[in-house]
Amino acid sequence: MTTNIKDWYKSGAPWIWLVAGAVSVSLLMVFGVLALTAARGLTYFWPATVVQLEYQTADGPAQRLVGEIQDSEEVPAARVTGAGVQLPDDSPAVVRHLLKTGNRDIFGSDFRWILQPFVVSREAPSDLVVIERREWGNFYGYLVSVKENGALVAEGDEAWSAFQTHAAATAELHQRIKQIEKDAIGDVNYAIEQLRLTTRGLELEGELTPAAQADIEQQHAVLSEEFAALERELNELYQEIERNSYVVETMDGRQVELPFSKVVRAFKPNSMSLLQKVGHYFEKLWEFVSDEPREANTEGGIFPAIFGTVLMVMLMSIIVTPLGVIAAVYLREYAKQGFITRLIRIAVNNLAGVPSIVYGLFGLGFFVYFLGGTLDQLFYPEALPAPTFGTGGIIWASLTLSILTLPVVIVATEEGLSRIPRAIREGSLALGATKAETLWRTVIPMASPAIMTGLILAVARAAGEVAPLMLVGVVKLAPSLPLDSNAPFLHLDRKFMHLGFHIYDVGFQSPNVEAARPLVYATALLLVVVIMVLNLAAITIRNHLREKYRNLES
Amino acid sequence: MRATQSPHVLAKKDPHLRWRLLKDLIARRGVTLGGLSVIFFIVLIFFYLAYVVLPVFKPASIEKISDYPLPGDGNTLSLAIEEQLEVGARFTGVGDVVFFRVPDGAIISQTHVIPQGSEATSFFAADRARGTLTYGLNDGRVLVARHAYKSVFTEDRREIQPLIDYPLGETPLVLDPRGQAIKNIAFQDNENESSFLGVTADDRLVLLHIAKEVSFLDEEVTLTETRQELPPLVHDVDYILLGKTQARVYLLSRHGDLTNVDISNKSRPQVIQHMRVVPQHVEVTSVQFLTGHISIMIGDSAGTVTQWSSVRQEDNINRLVKIRSFNESPAAVTSLTTELNRKGLLAGDNNGVMSVFHSTSERTLLHEKVSDSAILKMAVAPRANGVIFEDAAQRVHFYRVHNEHPEVSWSSLWGKVWYENYAEPDYIWQASSASDDFEPKFSLVPLTFGTIKAAFYAMLLAVPLALMGALYSAQFMARRMRTYVKPSIEIMEALPTVILGFLAGLWLAPFVEQNLPGIFSILIVAPIGVLLTALLWNTLPRAVREPVSDGWEAALLLPVIGVIVWLSVEASPLIEAAFFGGDVRVWMTNEMGIGFDQRNAVVVGLAMGFAVIPTIFSIAEDAIFGVPKHLIQGSLALGATPWQTMMRVVMLTASPGIFSAIMIGMGRAVGETMIVLMATGNTPVMDFSPFEGLRTLSANIAVELPESEVNSTHFRILFFAGLVLFLFTFVVNTVAELIRQNLRRKYSTL
Repeated sequence: MTTNIKDWYKSGAPWIWLVAGAVSVSLLMVFGVLALTAARGLTYFWPATVVQLEYQTADGPAQRLVGEIQDSEEVPAARVTGAGVQLPDDSPAVVRHLLKTGNRDIFGSDFRWILQPFVVSREAPSDLVVIERREWGNFYGYLVSVKENGALVAEGDEAWSAFQTHAAATAELHQRIKQIEKDAIGDVNYAIEQLRLTTRGLELEGELTPAAQADIEQQHAVLSEEFAALERELNELYQEIERNSYVVETMDGRQVELPFSKVVRAFKPNSMSLLQKVGHYFEKLWEFVSDEPREANTEGGIFPAIFGTVLMVMLMSIIVTPLGVIAAVYLREYAKQGFITRLIRIAVNNLAGVPSIVYGLFGLGFFVYFLGGTLDQLFYPEALPAPTFGTGGIIWASLTLSILTLPVVIVATEEGLSRIPRAIREGSLALGATKAETLWRTVIPMASPAIMTGLILAVARAAGEVAPLMLVGVVKLAPSLPLDSNAPFLHLDRKFMHLGFHIYDVGFQSPNVEAARPLVYATALLLVVVIMVLNLAAITIRNHLREKYRNLES
Repeated sequence: MRATQSPHVLAKKDPHLRWRLLKDLIARRGVTLGGLSVIFFIVLIFFYLAYVVLPVFKPASIEKISDYPLPGDGNTLSLAIEEQLEVGARFTGVGDVVFFRVPDGAIISQTHVIPQGSEATSFFAADRARGTLTYGLNDGRVLVARHAYKSVFTEDRREIQPLIDYPLGETPLVLDPRGQAIKNIAFQDNENESSFLGVTADDRLVLLHIAKEVSFLDEEVTLTETRQELPPLVHDVDYILLGKTQARVYLLSRHGDLTNVDISNKSRPQVIQHMRVVPQHVEVTSVQFLTGHISIMIGDSAGTVTQWSSVRQEDNINRLVKIRSFNESPAAVTSLTTELNRKGLLAGDNNGVMSVFHSTSERTLLHEKVSDSAILKMAVAPRANGVIFEDAAQRVHFYRVHNEHPEVSWSSLWGKVWYENYAEPDYIWQASSASDDFEPKFSLVPLTFGTIKAAFYAMLLAVPLALMGALYSAQFMARRMRTYVKPSIEIMEALPTVILGFLAGLWLAPFVEQNLPGIFSILIVAPIGVLLTALLWNTLPRAVREPVSDGWEAALLLPVIGVIVWLSVEASPLIEAAFFGGDVRVWMTNEMGIGFDQRNAVVVGLAMGFAVIPTIFSIAEDAIFGVPKHLIQGSLALGATPWQTMMRVVMLTASPGIFSAIMIGMGRAVGETMIVLMATGNTPVMDFSPFEGLRTLSANIAVELPESEVNSTHFRILFFAGLVLFLFTFVVNTVAELIRQNLRRKYSTL
């Protein structure tokens, strides 16, 4: 046996096993990260069981705790006892849970850590309600009664159905308020601002004649009236929405009266059937991708961030594709192949390795301050000193990222061009086509999958890039989308929200990181999925392309 | 026949062909122009960054506007110039304030500030921020006046109007109860207290302290006056420097004796130190506080300007220490003036040469002859963009000063600098603070150190894993497995770094903190586990081993390593309880003296290592895979084992490619922003401990640029950091790329 092991050692097999281990570790890491993101991101929408615990610490009174158990971990007992907690037994490790008790308005914080040894009993009563609210996070507790204008309308078993009807009615009102505030008043405000800028513009040019001024004032009066009417309507709606309320009991037995106007949805997770849970899951998922964020981005949806990312990437593609293709065609088809071309090719290639923050610096200095500042001086003097293009905006972000991804497109296109067999070019030229015709009719169409690959890789890179965007126009909360119903519809100067920045901002700059965490995981998952799909698409196209040319060559 | 004719000849006859050729020409020109301009744009990035950075290293320049005879009469005690460079003021020995137009010297107004019957025997006007002027009178009293300026708009013209007021009342206050003339005077005040310190004709040091107390109930102001005599000194007092905190006073004689007195307790002044500040036979010719009143600048008759700073010493008492000196001119320094908002100063000498210095950066920004005679009095504008001075020929000169970025120099960016309030020279990055007279500390060393540290720990994880993985995947792995594994690892590269950073900061950092012993035990247990598995596999009967062909070891190891990791993490609390007294962080702090940050270099190393693995793996794998097959077969045929072939033939041949893979990986680690931004505490400390945080150049840009003022020195230094990153990664990548291309050529010839 010993000689056997010696031989085995001499054969080098242990080393091969060790290097194989490195591959396994890398693979585990990749799939671990993906699985972690998926697990945390996907469970966020599932209506988790809400538990009720009898909790009895060594020195405190017995407590009733209600909430979702978000996390459990094992910690050395010494760390707990070090904080001055007496444990009932002396096992070396102790399990602790992170309980989301919600009710931030009542308890001050959403979460508390509890120790397993002190949990006396644990049950999941079916009448526990979870109420998602527009302020102060979730409510966990028991529904007691529903009030209309302060008068009791339902109590006990009927309360739940009354609650549902009132919540639905309030949601409708809320929808209308939002529509007026966001769209109608937004439009009027936009028009008023445009009027102000027109006035200022005329004034700067010295053409503000009394006639023009009267005309503007008349328009202004019309708009003001519109505004006042909307405001009246809004006031009425506000009065109506504030009328009804409900009474709930919290885990410490207190009864509190809360307004319906803040209710987003309510459900009893412990009495939901599987089908209902699935329905709830998809409802939440839909809200996540289609709704606007609430509560400093820690709740609600991420639609503006998705929209901003998509729009920015589209603008970037429009800019980067022609530039990249022209540069590649020049390098491959027109430039004299020599030392200089080789140098340029290396330089272009290496730009892909330049840190993205450097592109951000360039974007901020050159595009925003230099180009944007000049544009403002020339075309938007009426808005100064408030900058129009002289501050971060979606156009500058797109331009910055198109420079960042330019090398990707150039390299991919060049590779595609170089794979096209000479015979095809020569055949075309021999038939009397000019060089431009050869390129346009045969070479570029054949290279188009390669260009596509480059573009997809560029889009994948751009969608995940955050550092440069932080300098050139991404914001945590944009008041309006860069695309809306006000002429000129596409507002290239507006700031925008971005998925990647959303992750950074909510995960690290948010006042309530713990509560926001599941949402960040969901956002991260969405971003990962988008980028994985794009990359897989690029890989598939590339493989397909290789097959095709292999056939051509043979 | 036509076929033999050239297209150009044909084109003359055929308009359609002519159009086609024209299109061809347009396309050629267009593509060339487009291609070249794209490439030009890429080059522009570099030049733009350099263009933003360059002004930082430019010296100052001055531009003469005018000179004119001294406005008004009498000898000049001091000069002043207001912010807009329009109005200047001359304070004369007879107690007049002469306001004049700076560009041409025309007198605007002249006010006599001293009460009738009194005579000014001393004067103090050092506090330029508040504009106070203090006169010591011949009867032992003191008077405080103030010169101020207001803008008046008259018919689209702005006019600056000078005015004089008396913040402490028009009646002089009694400083010396004995009524002796005040030979020398210093004054400071703020909302709560005012202090006067004077030297009387009979050489006593008298102190007057007025404390203002506002009653909470009726907002009534009570003034408490304290008069005190300081202990007699062994030397004359020619200069009094009273700091704005009114806790310290420095008394200097012309011959270079300095006494440092603590007057924080006004009724019990205490002498802290006596010393000499100039060599023998050299006289002190001019003294000024640097802005912030922490340092004093002393100009002497040998032409040297030295900076003495109040430094806290081991016994917790602040003493003056010489921290640097400037020696530019051979002639005596006749006049010193300091900038209001920066740590800069201007010196005029006996030969009419003006010098501009900056203390922190130790730069001499300007050294230029501006007059034929000695410069007697000098005043610099609050924004340091203009200067007026009076020379011995009784003329006033007005210069504009262009000196936007004196705060940094090459040596202050990369070397140790002795900052004010520090016990010794050090590398510090601290770009801003709430205080106005803050000394910005722009040392790129801690940031570069952080960058290297983060990259080092990332490479520590990534290089072995990626290279070993590449080796296995290129040479030993089964073909079918490779088609799945390679894209899987490469797709890691596409993972947005913001997600890795987020996971590192919010999941991994607390996880590592909780399971520190477990994480480190994986390092030991995993290789042992792999080897044991291999041994076990080897002893298994052939029937079990047969269905799994060679090259699938990695797949077999997946569950093994998974279980090892899981067990190590599960056992972590037990290890912690058994070996580290239950809490490894407490143990480390107490037993090892190592601090622990939750977001530390280990977390960065893991997360950024993860991000760099695919880069290194992919390039190294290509290089190893590309090694010509006949080399390997030859080696195997000669009887070498696969492993020997691997190490002695394949690795050696592919080593340039592997080297370039590591270089490119390092380039990526150095420039990565989001991971370090989120996974570290972003504290610019210089500590190589893996359990401490760090701040990298790139994260620093992301953190500070949004808040920095456009085109300020700070802004430009951040661009400089970007330029450094750009150049570093560009050079590293170019070298790596050249090596790779050479390798490719070598392979094709083998």
